[in-house]
Amino acid sequence: MKKASILMIIGSALLLGLFVFPLWNIRLGAPQYPEPLGIDIHINGLQGENEFDIQNIDGLNHYIGMKTLPKPADMWEFSVFPKVVLSMAVIGILIGILGFIGKISSIWFLIWFIVMGILGTLGIYDFNLWLVEYGTDLDPNAILKLVNPDGTPMKYNPPLIGHKKLLNFDAFSYPRLGGVLLGIGMLFSLIGYFLGRKSTANLN
Amino acid sequence: MKKLIKIHSYLMAGLVFFAFSCNQGGGSGSSNGALSSNIAEKVYVAPGERDEQYGFLSGGYSGNLTVYGLPSGRLFKEIPVFSQFPTSGYGYSEETKPMLNTSFGFIPWDDLHHPDISQTNGELDGRWIFANGNNTPRIARISLTTFETEEIIEVPNSAGNHSSSFITENTEYVVAGTRFAVPVPQRDMPIKEYKSNFKGALTFIAVEPEHGHMDIKFQLLMPGFNYDLSHPGRGKSHGWFFFSTYNTEEANTLLEVNASQNDKDFIAAVNWKKIEEYVNNGGGTKMPANYAHNVYDESTHTATSTMKKEVLTVNPSEIPGAIYFLPTPKSPHGCDVDPSGQYIIGAGKLSADITVHSFDKMLAAIEAENFDGDAYGIPIIKYEDVVAGTVQSGGLGPLHTEFDGRGNAYTTFFISSEVVKWKLETWEVVDRQPTFYSVGHLMIPGGNSRKPHGKYLVAMNKITKDRYLPTGPEMEHSAQIYDISGEKMQLLYDFPTHGEPHYAAGCNAELLVNNSKKIYRIDENMHPYAIKSPAEAKVERDGNEVHIYMSTIRSHFTPDNIEGIKVGDKVYFHITNHEQDFDVPHGFSMIGQGTSEILVMPGQTKTSLWEPKKVGVWPFYCTDFCSALHQEMQGYVRVSPANSTIPLSWSLDDE
Repeated sequence: MKKASILMIIGSALLLGLFVFPLWNIRLGAPQYPEPLGIDIHINGLQGENEFDIQNIDGLNHYIGMKTLPKPADMWEFSVFPKVVLSMAVIGILIGILGFIGKISSIWFLIWFIVMGILGTLGIYDFNLWLVEYGTDLDPNAILKLVNPDGTPMKYNPPLIGHKKLLNFDAFSYPRLGGVLLGIGMLFSLIGYFLGRKSTANLN
Repeated sequence: MKKLIKIHSYLMAGLVFFAFSCNQGGGSGSSNGALSSNIAEKVYVAPGERDEQYGFLSGGYSGNLTVYGLPSGRLFKEIPVFSQFPTSGYGYSEETKPMLNTSFGFIPWDDLHHPDISQTNGELDGRWIFANGNNTPRIARISLTTFETEEIIEVPNSAGNHSSSFITENTEYVVAGTRFAVPVPQRDMPIKEYKSNFKGALTFIAVEPEHGHMDIKFQLLMPGFNYDLSHPGRGKSHGWFFFSTYNTEEANTLLEVNASQNDKDFIAAVNWKKIEEYVNNGGGTKMPANYAHNVYDESTHTATSTMKKEVLTVNPSEIPGAIYFLPTPKSPHGCDVDPSGQYIIGAGKLSADITVHSFDKMLAAIEAENFDGDAYGIPIIKYEDVVAGTVQSGGLGPLHTEFDGRGNAYTTFFISSEVVKWKLETWEVVDRQPTFYSVGHLMIPGGNSRKPHGKYLVAMNKITKDRYLPTGPEMEHSAQIYDISGEKMQLLYDFPTHGEPHYAAGCNAELLVNNSKKIYRIDENMHPYAIKSPAEAKVERDGNEVHIYMSTIRSHFTPDNIEGIKVGDKVYFHITNHEQDFDVPHGFSMIGQGTSEILVMPGQTKTSLWEPKKVGVWPFYCTDFCSALHQEMQGYVRVSPANSTIPLSWSLDDE
């Protein structure tokens, strides 16, 4: 159970990495952008991979009538997400400590994992909604109004994960270090749960 | 069936023949020259790949400096230095007009000669490149982060600023020597009284180590010879500077004959450290002068010109032991110093041989006072006591020498049109290769430093004739690049050069690529008429001067509709490019404007002056194909009669 609890503590602490490292990244490359433009998605806002990338992406997006990329104040997520992540990390560490001193069983690790999973799914759902909204809610007076072969307006939302071709751009969307740490942290809590259950079973 | 066999055997015979001829072609010493594929591979830089080295070739009478890639010979950029350049608006924009100011007023052109890259401890440091204006004597400093001219200083008391702009091994000084002796100070006097009255000024311009700003430290007023070329001592000879001379006869007419009479002219050896010490201790005479010092400030994107009124002069007689003459046969042209600093090479351009002086022997001769008289009080060292050796070249008309750092020297021969490779210390010729045609300068990247990068040699020719498709009587000059990494030189490639290159400087690409600026930061733009965002765009009137604070960003001008301008106004378009993306300039031009376009780099502000002469509605547009909507990047200015009362107004999209 001690090992399991340590895993739980480390796992939840890994969430704090999200305050330093980006959760996700969207990168746009094109022939005339040998150095691709990139957006790092942090839990508290967007940041260009290079200093002027956001400005330059906005500059390109104005042709197709996209809104400019949101500032932290423009989206509630950027103020709520840090609170949620911090709370979950603190709760997780507490659960781990309580497990370590034998006050609670490892079932709490599983509960934390499930809550985190639900929050994460909601987060991804929200992220996808934003991508779709951002990529489809276009200015009717846009300079370039492109339609699909079936006549419907072209959508410009980058993929949730993976690669997608957007006009002349190749868009890539993948987790970054913060997101990876989140995944590892959750995995640790799950392993902690199984280890804890095994050691309890052994004791019995 | 028989027929088939027959065809088959023909085929076989063909293949065998083919294989045989391939073998011949690939063999060493083949006469196929540059046609053989291994040579092609040496200069082939595949699409998307980059060159190994930069070459900065002087543009001569273009007044500008060109940047080439080596070994491909591809032209990357023409940097405007001494000439107006409509491509970017250099010398046309309000900000850059002061760069071409001189004591003669605005001079739109010069003859750019000898580029030299800044050095630290005798090795290229890639901070700046210096170049001289030959006609209206000036020295320019060009930044190697922006590849733009940052400073130009005029050289007083000089004429035909030719033995310039060579730098000492820690960039302490950039040196400018006069080719034509002139009265100092200039005055109304008979030309015939040239002899012993005219002076040859050798100017030592101190380079401030952090920003590179130039300031004349002292001028050495030498006898009225013609100071042709020069090079710094390095290593053991650091602290000395060597100048070749011709016309020690001091002829003032038909120099072709009258300046070719003396069997030997001189190389002047100048101990500048000694003179520096002398002037630091209060030596020298301050002389009234009038010369321009023009500085471009990267943060304000603006140049200012100041007239300087005084120059410190030093008469050689004041400091005995600082200057000596080394007799050198037949009007020496090139005056080059080997990487160790031991050998000073004087190429007597009317001779077949190259004379090499030894620095150690020179010091010993000075110590022993082995002099052969003096000229105007300057001791002439006995020829046999300073000469280290003579290269019996077999060529004609040696001009310039560069080095590969492996003990070899390479000298160009103008008359016999060739590059000759010879060994330092044994003075034996080891190879010779023809050039096409009549080669002047040559350049080995780093060749004028302690550490040459002895891989490529570029020969810059004066005559092109049949090397390229003909383009009428006027043609670009021709250059050749040789591989000098082996024992024998190998001609690799021919490429045309812009203007007339007089010398060049080169360096490894790594020295510069990472420092090359991509954009100017808008938040660091201190131009007085800059606007930080398009929202700040405005138009102001001050009497008949109108200042338009205009923004450009893909793909519009802010504002793009302007009314209230009147005939007779002086309209200044101050254009700030708000892009912060690499390689997205915007241009600006106005119909009927008596100047060039301006090309504004991201984050930069430039000003274009327009003096409308006709009533009407006049369009302007972006001259750089900036985006898919470049064609839409345009606007109108309404010009009303001089007495109109239409108020000043401006808008973008009626806002």
